Amino acid sequence: MKASSVDRLIELALEGKLRALGRLLTLVEHPGPEALEVLSRVAPRAGRAQVIGFTGIPGAGKSTLVSRVITHLRRRGYKVAVLAIDPSSPYSGGSIMGDRLRMQEHAADPGVFIRSIPTRGLKGGLSMAALAMIEVFDALGYDKIIIETVGVGQSEVDVAHAAHTIVVVTMPGAGDDIQMLKAGVMEIGDIYVVNKSDKPEANKTAAYLQFALEKEGIGRGEGWTPRLVKTSAVMGQGIDVLVDAIEEHWRYLKDTGLAARRVASRRVLLTRLMAEARLNAALSEVLEEMRGEVEAALEKDISGAFTLSEVLARRAAERVLKGSRAG
Amino acid sequence: MSSPPSTRGPEGRRYKVLVAKMGLDGHDRGAKVVARALRDAGFEVIYTGLRQTPEQVAMAAVQEDVDVIGVSILNGAHLHLMRRLMRKLEELGADDIPVVLGGTIPVIDIEPLKKMGVREVFLPGTSLAEIIEKVRRLAEEKRSREEGLAKVEG
Repeated sequence: MKASSVDRLIELALEGKLRALGRLLTLVEHPGPEALEVLSRVAPRAGRAQVIGFTGIPGAGKSTLVSRVITHLRRRGYKVAVLAIDPSSPYSGGSIMGDRLRMQEHAADPGVFIRSIPTRGLKGGLSMAALAMIEVFDALGYDKIIIETVGVGQSEVDVAHAAHTIVVVTMPGAGDDIQMLKAGVMEIGDIYVVNKSDKPEANKTAAYLQFALEKEGIGRGEGWTPRLVKTSAVMGQGIDVLVDAIEEHWRYLKDTGLAARRVASRRVLLTRLMAEARLNAALSEVLEEMRGEVEAALEKDISGAFTLSEVLARRAAERVLKGSRAG
Repeated sequence: MSSPPSTRGPEGRRYKVLVAKMGLDGHDRGAKVVARALRDAGFEVIYTGLRQTPEQVAMAAVQEDVDVIGVSILNGAHLHLMRRLMRKLEELGADDIPVVLGGTIPVIDIEPLKKMGVREVFLPGTSLAEIIEKVRRLAEEKRSREEGLAKVEG
């Protein structure tokens, strides 16, 4: 696909043609010349949206909560995009993406765009796909971009970290006080939510969490005190308070100039991931061509054989320099 | 044994299928079995859940940019629902996405469904292997058409 057709797709997407937007997202899902083309064209329009990461253990009710939050954001007049990150099967590599199932009530609303991303099978990895899609949504005038993820694994942590606002979702009975806060993305929440707060033990969980938040080191240490909100997504309780907190955090980020800094670091990360994808593709090609050689060498002299990694790296680099398109 | 047929396009992207239930119909076992089988065959499957309107299904297909739409209907309203789905897809400029239907469909309705543009109708008793293979072929066909189109436009 050459520049002309990418231009045409962007034009149509700007006119509000959702089909064109869906196609653009596919083009940036995998690294390569097309993704580069789309990104270079849309990025100048991007940089205005608030990116909100919803993360938390499976079963905490993230998808249902996100659906309620969408309703409230729509009432406040925002256009909303959702990236739902769903796990792939480690066996077949296939996936059943069912997160959008909880949000289907918004499917017919042209002001809401929901897209699923599998955790496997993307050539540039999950983070590259997600960050690139954020740029596209942002450029096309979506005010709030929600990323829903379990927040486990490097890519998912990277993606969450690239968000302006991180909402950590937990629920009653999900472990003791700091099980959730031990490590990873749970430590860097801007807003903590105890969902399913209609259940018994919700107050205990909230009190535990409050205690943990008052200790040092929780949150991103940017002068913002993490908020704690109790919700019941199913009953529709506490959603307004949560959306208020999300808005408050956004104002804080804009007032302090942190919003723009977050966009800048997100773009540095995306650039890096695209470069990595390029190098990785070249490396895979080289390894494929040299597989026999490598296997033979490993059989003959195990101690010296691993130095082949140097050779592989150099050949891959040469390939990139020559500009062969590995895709 | 030969390796199973590929569920990826020439550019390496996995085939993507939307599995949907439409209308007032709570029987989702079939849809879930098919979704699972497609996943195990290496497809990316997006499942919409129960009681969707044709408009919701069409929008989901567009947002997810799927290669095939698979609908399951067991409540007898297939002619009406499928007509609405095909109309909405056309309206969204997405009538190039092949649609297949499974469920309790009277044989006499197959012809009118195909006239509407439904590519395959799977009746009760169709094997999973057959469904997977036909869906795979439709996805393959759509992808190669896109490739061709890109060449023409470029």
